[in-house]
Amino acid sequence: MNKPSPIEQPEPAQSTGNVPPPLAMLAELTHRCPLSCPYCSNPLTLSGKDGELDTSEWIDVFRQAADIGVLQLHISGGEPASRRDLVELVEGAEKAGLYTNLVTSGVGLTPRRMDELEQAGLEHIQLSLQGTNAELADRIGGYKGGFERKMQVAAEIAKRGIPLTLNAVMHRHNMDDLEHTIEMALELGARRLEVACVQFHGWALKNRAALMPTRQQTDKVKQQVAEAQERLRGVLAFDFVPPDYYADFPKACMGGWGSTGLNITPDGTVLPCHVAQSIPHLEFGNIRQTPLRDIWYDSAAFNAYRGTDWMPEPCTSCERKEIDFGGCRCQALLLAGDAGAVDPVCTRSPDHGRITDILTAEMAADTPEFTYRKL
Amino acid sequence: MTLELTTTDRPYLPRGVRMHKDRVRGGVVLLAPEKAILLDDIGVAILSRIDGKRRFGEIIADLAEAFKAPPAQIESDVQRFLGGLRARMYLGVTP
Repeated sequence: MNKPSPIEQPEPAQSTGNVPPPLAMLAELTHRCPLSCPYCSNPLTLSGKDGELDTSEWIDVFRQAADIGVLQLHISGGEPASRRDLVELVEGAEKAGLYTNLVTSGVGLTPRRMDELEQAGLEHIQLSLQGTNAELADRIGGYKGGFERKMQVAAEIAKRGIPLTLNAVMHRHNMDDLEHTIEMALELGARRLEVACVQFHGWALKNRAALMPTRQQTDKVKQQVAEAQERLRGVLAFDFVPPDYYADFPKACMGGWGSTGLNITPDGTVLPCHVAQSIPHLEFGNIRQTPLRDIWYDSAAFNAYRGTDWMPEPCTSCERKEIDFGGCRCQALLLAGDAGAVDPVCTRSPDHGRITDILTAEMAADTPEFTYRKL
Repeated sequence: MTLELTTTDRPYLPRGVRMHKDRVRGGVVLLAPEKAILLDDIGVAILSRIDGKRRFGEIIADLAEAFKAPPAQIESDVQRFLGGLRARMYLGVTP
């Protein structure tokens, strides 16, 4: 599973005070997953089944989330279908009034289970795509037979008419296959295709040299997406997450820290984004001890990089400060050594040279083997 | 393809797209796959008239009367709003 942009930035909501209520929540039900993608968005230290929130704890979080304004629930993992209580959880989320979206590789979704999920009110499925053929997809996912299983699941989704987004995670090994990916989205009856280029944190960072696309690939993919968007208007919607190492400006990570979305880990830790635990000086609350409302509004971690007051120069005087919010805090720590610095992806960052150095070094070297994620 | 609706088109919200009363923020939002769109009063007025049965022309006439505005002006506003939704696949159309 890979979720470079697990929570799409929704339209700005009306604020009830200085801090707006959250709109979207990513619930990582479990870290367990039959796949072992080398760009998995879960942390390097994965937690086992024992620490996971149980059914009633999750349903309580869903109610708390709805009470403080969350509208969209992304049910993810690991592989959420690895949870035996998945149907019950979807039902609980629907009863709480949340819009339910299942983020899945498809493995573990039998036709019978899909019937039950549909009956529980599941509203949308985001199906990940590792590659457009079995050989490539199973090599990247590290799971033989995964692609075939996924195609069966996609057919079952189409048969039922459940709204489908295909999430194609792109990198050096499959980026040249975009045209085929688009054809596949159309064949599978997806309404939306997410072309999500790998973002380099956690497992993907470990595999950066193996996954980094070339500039040529990046330019081509941008052009292809723009062309396909025009050609398929009203047929297939696109969301595009470009490879940010080649960008001039950073991505507005999470649409601004603590502004629209939050993430719950399998053991109930509440994060401003799924990588936030890579910032060691922040302490994150857990819903086993603290109400979700208090964590969202009052915790030091959620307030650390909220808004624009924390920003350094050149952000403070930049006209883009409320467009990209200084970029990704985790990437700033990783590449500039300070989570409160400008994201070095920004060409105005004093540390932007780090990005060009990395690209030069990784493009010159041979492509290494993958380090697959494992528990 | 053109996203403009013709007078006889019957627009509808497809499965997975629905209006939702937001009890925390107040007002109404349109919920769609991985997206929430805050609607203003005009948006609500338009979408609450869309049921898959009424034709685009009837909807425009109804809105023009409700807002006491010239149908041509209403039509261009509604085309723009619905065209945006259609491009994101949040609106279906039956001929």
